[in-house]
Amino acid sequence: MFWDWNYAIEILPILARASIVTIQATLLGFVLAAVLGLVFAVLRMSRARWVSLPVAALVEFVRSTPLLIQIFFIFFVLPEFGITIGALTAGILALGLHYATYCSEVYRAGLENIPRGQWEASLALNLSPYHTFRDIIIPQAIPPIVPALGNYLVALFKETPLLSAIAVLELMQTAKILGSESFRYTEPITLVGLFFLVFSLAAAWLIRRVEARLSLSKV
Amino acid sequence: MRALVVCGIVCFAAGLAVAGLPGLRDFLPQLLAGAVVTIEITIGGCAVAVAAALVAAMAKMYGPAPLRWLAVAYIELFRGTSALVQLFWLFYVLPHFGVLLEPMTVGIVALGLNVGAYGAEVVRGAVNAVPRGQWEATVALNMTRAQALRRVILPQAFVAMIPPWGNLFIELLKATALVSLITISDLAFRAQQLNQITFETVKIFTIVLLIYLAISSVITVGMRALEERAARGIGRGRA
Repeated sequence: MFWDWNYAIEILPILARASIVTIQATLLGFVLAAVLGLVFAVLRMSRARWVSLPVAALVEFVRSTPLLIQIFFIFFVLPEFGITIGALTAGILALGLHYATYCSEVYRAGLENIPRGQWEASLALNLSPYHTFRDIIIPQAIPPIVPALGNYLVALFKETPLLSAIAVLELMQTAKILGSESFRYTEPITLVGLFFLVFSLAAAWLIRRVEARLSLSKV
Repeated sequence: MRALVVCGIVCFAAGLAVAGLPGLRDFLPQLLAGAVVTIEITIGGCAVAVAAALVAAMAKMYGPAPLRWLAVAYIELFRGTSALVQLFWLFYVLPHFGVLLEPMTVGIVALGLNVGAYGAEVVRGAVNAVPRGQWEATVALNMTRAQALRRVILPQAFVAMIPPWGNLFIELLKATALVSLITISDLAFRAQQLNQITFETVKIFTIVLLIYLAISSVITVGMRALEERAARGIGRGRA
């Protein structure tokens, strides 16, 4: 008896409730990543080397160390500085920070693709750096990189099970608890796998649609 | 390259300031023992990943229909689900089917297959990027497809593959931290253990992050050297 349908149906509502936490972490983490990523990208392009170098170092450092360790680091280290945050908040912070560094590279590609003339024109119009970025550069830089950002949204979504390591009650943790209660791991873990597969395939399809739309409108 | 060096120096200085020398003396031996396990899993995983990627890409591009479907299913399945779920599935679910594997084997196979699925697309892209004329030349020389792939196409595709593979190897190194959750005492596992005993969280995790950074820098530098060497082999880049 490898697969018990009754048990699978019984645990389905519990997993569905846990998936809300997973989706919450994904969306909040990605909002953080998207905003922080843009900040990193803009700071890294700064002419002042004392701004751009430390930011570049931070981005490279975060990108080349494991997310799991960063989650532990934020969860265990912040309380030592007197900041007590819940496991879910720590997890969202870590996810957001980690993916912000990836997003910052995507933004950088978008920003560097803006023709020089746009910068020169805003200089000629005497726009401040803030207005140049807000009104001229960023509105042109964002649309082409939406698909790439979408890919990172899916990647971030697939990393959320890591939060189970700091006992956030998301899908994976719930599946593990269900497994340890009933000694049946097959159904919970397979269902979690299916959930991720369905969502990522749907998201990949959506991103392809968006990509097609964007390349049509560019002509 | 320069950014990397600068980053390394800055991080090491910051890390040493935080960890302090006594911290290093206390924790480093244990952590290095964990780092050895991490490196073992990384190397094993890389080998599995390259093999799986080559087989899957070849099956997807040139295999007969059933093999092609199998390869597509493998690639979509492993790219579409999360690495931790795959790891747990192999670790907790396979024993129910009577397959008992060592945790170490599970770690290497799961991470290797996961990265291999991404690698298969890298291989496919690189093979497709070989100019058409090369294929036409192999036809003119009356080579079979296997001969053409082995002697003409793959050696050229290999050069284009190296940079993306470097990224994937670093992804794999970072993913090895997951195996600490299936009871393997790698670097991340030792870090948690030491943390629970000593509560010196800042020192321990800073040292751990630096060790991961050091390993990934070695991969970056190694792959860059390999890239230069390979480019010379097919008459590209500087002699």
